[in-house]
Amino acid sequence: MTDQGDRWTAEQVLDLAPDDASRKAGGRLGGAGPWLQIGGSASGSVWGLCKGSGSKPYRTVVDLTGPAYKCSCPSRKFPCKHALGLLLLWSAEGFGEPAEAPEWAAQWLADLAAKAARPSGGRAAPADEEGARKRAERRAARVGAGVTELEQRLADLLRGGLAGQEQAGYAGWEETAARMVDAQAPGLAARVRELGTIPSCGPGWPARMLEEAGLLHLLDRAWLGVAGLPDELAATVRSRVGLPASGEGEAVRDRWLVLAQYDTVSPDGRLTTRRIWLRGLAGGRPALVLDFGPPGRPPGLALPVGLVLEAEMRFRPGSAGLRADLGERFAAAVPCTEVPDGVSAGAALEAYGTALRQDPWLESWPVVLGPVVPIPGELGWQLADAEGTSALPVPLTGGGGRSRGGLWQLAALSGGGPVTVFGECGHRGFTPLTAWQPDSNEPVALT
Amino acid sequence: MGKADEGYGEWEELVAGALLGTERRGRGGGGPAGSPEALLDAAAVHTVRRRAGLLPAEAGPRPDPAPRDPRPAPPEAAGRRLAQLLAGRSGPVNGGGRRGTAPDLTELLPQWLAAAARHGYRSPASLVPALLDAARARTDLRPQALALAGTRGLWLARMNPDWRFALRGGSGGAGELPEVTDRVAVEQLWQEGLFAERVALLGAVRAHEAAAAPRLLMTTWAAERAEDRLMFLDSLRVGLSEGDEPFLEAALGDRSRNVRATAAELLSALPASALAGRMAERALACVGPEGVTPPAECDAGMLRDGVVKRPPAGRGERAWWLGQLVEAAPLSCWRERFGGLGPAEIVALPVAAGDGWTEELHAAWCRAAVRQRDAPWSRALLGPASAPPAAGPGTASLAERAKLLETLPHAERAEWVAEFIRAHGLSEAFQLLGVCAVPWAGALGRAVVDALDTARDAGSYPWSFSGVMGLAERCLDPAEASRLEALTTAAEDLPDGSPGAAAYWAEAFQRLVSTLRLRAAMLAELAPA
Repeated sequence: MTDQGDRWTAEQVLDLAPDDASRKAGGRLGGAGPWLQIGGSASGSVWGLCKGSGSKPYRTVVDLTGPAYKCSCPSRKFPCKHALGLLLLWSAEGFGEPAEAPEWAAQWLADLAAKAARPSGGRAAPADEEGARKRAERRAARVGAGVTELEQRLADLLRGGLAGQEQAGYAGWEETAARMVDAQAPGLAARVRELGTIPSCGPGWPARMLEEAGLLHLLDRAWLGVAGLPDELAATVRSRVGLPASGEGEAVRDRWLVLAQYDTVSPDGRLTTRRIWLRGLAGGRPALVLDFGPPGRPPGLALPVGLVLEAEMRFRPGSAGLRADLGERFAAAVPCTEVPDGVSAGAALEAYGTALRQDPWLESWPVVLGPVVPIPGELGWQLADAEGTSALPVPLTGGGGRSRGGLWQLAALSGGGPVTVFGECGHRGFTPLTAWQPDSNEPVALT
Repeated sequence: MGKADEGYGEWEELVAGALLGTERRGRGGGGPAGSPEALLDAAAVHTVRRRAGLLPAEAGPRPDPAPRDPRPAPPEAAGRRLAQLLAGRSGPVNGGGRRGTAPDLTELLPQWLAAAARHGYRSPASLVPALLDAARARTDLRPQALALAGTRGLWLARMNPDWRFALRGGSGGAGELPEVTDRVAVEQLWQEGLFAERVALLGAVRAHEAAAAPRLLMTTWAAERAEDRLMFLDSLRVGLSEGDEPFLEAALGDRSRNVRATAAELLSALPASALAGRMAERALACVGPEGVTPPAECDAGMLRDGVVKRPPAGRGERAWWLGQLVEAAPLSCWRERFGGLGPAEIVALPVAAGDGWTEELHAAWCRAAVRQRDAPWSRALLGPASAPPAAGPGTASLAERAKLLETLPHAERAEWVAEFIRAHGLSEAFQLLGVCAVPWAGALGRAVVDALDTARDAGSYPWSFSGVMGLAERCLDPAEASRLEALTTAAEDLPDGSPGAAAYWAEAFQRLVSTLRLRAAMLAELAPA
C-alpha cells in the first residue's frame, strides 16, 4: 500500500481535516522533523511516533482502508493533527517498503480487523413486532394530523393572497414549522421554514413562493394518499416528510469515485451536514452519502475528492435512488487516474428532468459537465458548452451559501478554455463543486 | 434558464392569482373563482412540469482565452506547499501569545515566491485566485506574487474588480510581449497596453537596444500622467546608462517637481553626465583641503538641476544646499581635489572640523556612495566593523550603514556584519542583517547563533531577541539545522537567570530547527524533477 502509485495527494489528506485549525496544525507536522519509527504495512496502514511537548511521543496509527485513526494524544478531533501530519508525510515521501507494524500499532489494527470481521447483519430481530407496528401507526397518525393542519395553512395563504407576505414576517411560519416538528414530520418542518424565508429573498419572490407552496401541497396530498402509491414513490414521500427509511436498501458493489465533499451548517449553527457525492465507475450510478456533526464537532466520515474506494453502497429506498450508506469496504482507497466523461448542458438538464419523475421534490441532480467554458459575469456566471451555444446559469448563492471563491478558481483553471466540472444541476442552475484542469487528471475541489 | 413555452402564460396567470388571493379574485378580481386547493394543485403541476422541461440558456460572449504562459508549472509537491502557505497566510494559529515550536508559515511565503521566480515557474492555475488575494492583502508580496501568477493572473484580474490593482501595479506580471523587433506590435502595445505591460515592454526594449527605450518614451511622454511619468522614470533605474542622459536631461524641465527631482537623481548617478559635471563644479567650489564654504545662495541653475531650495524644518539653508551638491557630485571628483588621496584618507582628513561642517559633509558622501553604488567609498565611510558605531568615520545611523553595506559585494557584507556582531552583540544588528544575502554565509550564521547562545547563557528571555530569531528562521542556511540540534535540549535554569528561561530558549531553538528543516524541504521540492 505504501508504494508510490497508491499514495494519496496532500489535498486528499487535508480534505480529511475536521477544521481549518487542524489543517494548519497537521500541515506543520507533515515534515520528517518530529517523526520517529514511521512505517506502513502491505495491508494499508501507516504509523509513526510524533514528538510532542511532553516526554512521551504520541503513537499515531492510520488504517487507510477506513480511513480510521488512532492516536494517543488527548485531542478529541478526528483525525487529529498527528494523524494528518503522518498522512501528509506519507503523501509527500512514502514510507518505503511495507513493514510489520510495531506492537503498539499492531494491537489496535488487530482489534479493528476483528471488529470488521464480525457479521454486520447482527441487528436484533424485531422482538416485538406488534409493538413496533403500533408505534408506527401512532406516528403515522400524528404526521397525518400535521399534514392536514399544514394543508389548512396553505389554503389560508392562497385564499388571502401572497401579497401580504412581505409584511407578515417570518414568525407565523416558524410557528407552523414548530407544529410540524411536534407532528414528528421534520421534513415538512424544514420545507415550511424555507417557505417563510422566501418573501425576503428579493425580486421574483411571489413566483418562487408559489412554486414552493405548490410542491409542499403536493407532498401533503401524496402523504394523505401514500397507501395507494407505488412502493418507490411511497418511500420517496415518507423520506421527504422526514420518516426514517424503512427496510434495507439495495446493496451495490462497485469502485466508487469520490466526486465532491462539502459541509453546510444549519442556520442555528447547531448541526453540520456533510454531503459526499460518489459515482460507481463500473455501473455509473450516482450516490449521495450524508453525515452529520453535532455542535462544535465535524462529521466523522471524510472521503477526499478523487479517491476511489471499492465498497458496497447500500441505497435507501425512494428519493430517486440517490441516498446511500457506505457499507463494507474491500480495499484501501486509491487515487483515480482518469477524468470522468462529461455531458452537455442540455443532457445535464435532461438528467435532472428524468430524476424528477421519481422524486418531484428533487432540487438538483449530480452531473459531470464538460467540456464547458466558464463565463464570468457581473450579474451571473454561466457554464457554456465548448461547442454550440447552450449554457447553464450558475447560481451565485445557494448550494448552502457557498462562496464565489470556488468560481474564480474554476475560471482560473479554465483560462477561457474548456474544462470538465462536477456539480449539482437543478432548477436554479448548475453549482460547480469539483473541476479537472485541462492538462491534468487531478481533480481540484472548488472551495 | 429557458422556459417550457406552453405553460408560460398560464404560470404568470397563476402567480397573479396567488398574489391577489382566491377570495378577492372570486369577488370580481377578474378571472374565474377557484378554490385555493385548485390553485395549489395547478401550481404543483406547473412547477414540476417547468422543472422537468428546462432547456439550456443561450450562452453569453465567452471570455478571450488567457494568453499562454510558456513557463513550466512547479513540481507537484511544491504546488501543494504553495497552497498550504497561501492558506496559512492569515497568520499563526495561536495568534498573540507564545509561538511554541511550530514554524510560522506566513514568513516562508516570500521565500517560496522568490525561489519559484529563480526557477522560472508559473503558478498552478488553481492557485492564481489565492495568489491575487495574497498580493492584494500584502503589498510586500505583490511584485513576486503577480510575477508568478503571470498572464493567467492578469487575465483573471481584468474580470474581477477586487484584483484591479494587478493591472496597474508593478512590472513583471505582464502578458506575452511582442518581439522587440516587431515595430508595429511594440508600437501598438505601447499605445494600448496596461501599465504593467508597458513597463515590461519598456524593459524588454531597453534590454535589446538601450537607445530605443527613450525614443519609445518620447512618443507619448507629453500625454502621460505625472504619476506614470514618475514610474516610467523610476523603471530606468535598473540598467541606467549614458544613453539615457539626453532624455533625463530633458526631463529636468518637466512640469512635475517629483519627475524633475527623480531625473536629477538619476543623472547624478551617471558620473559622466553633464549634470554630474555641473554638480561637481559646484561641490568642488565649496569643499577642499582648505575647508568647507557652503553655497551662499541657491541660483536658478541649481534649481534646474534638482536642488530643492527650502530646507525641512530644523535644517539651515546653506547646510541643506551643501548636502545636496555633494550628494549629487561624482565621488571621483574628490581624489584630484585632495591631492590624489584615496577615499579612506579623504574621509579621515580633519576637513572642516573647525567649522562644524564635518557631519554634514560625511552624511552627503554616504548618500553619494549609496546612489553611485561606490564600494570603495562605502568601505571607507563604514570603517572597521569592530569600532563602536559612534566612532565610525561616516555615520552612526544603522539605517544608513545598512544602505552603505548594500553597495559591497555579498561576501564582504556578511563578513563585516559577522564582525560587527562579534564585537557589539545582536541588539543593534537587526537592520544590518536585513541586507545580507539569504541564506546567510557560514561565518555570519555562526556569529548569529553564537550570539544567541551567549544571550541564553546571560539568562535573559528569548523574546528579547525575537526579531533576530525570526530573521534567523528565514535566513539561516538550512544546512545549519544539524549543528543547532544540540541547542534544542532544555537545560536547567541558571541560578541567576530569569525563571523558566532555559525551557523557553530550548523551545525557541526547536522552532528555529524545525523552520530550517521546513525551508530545506520547501527548496528541495522546488528543484525541477
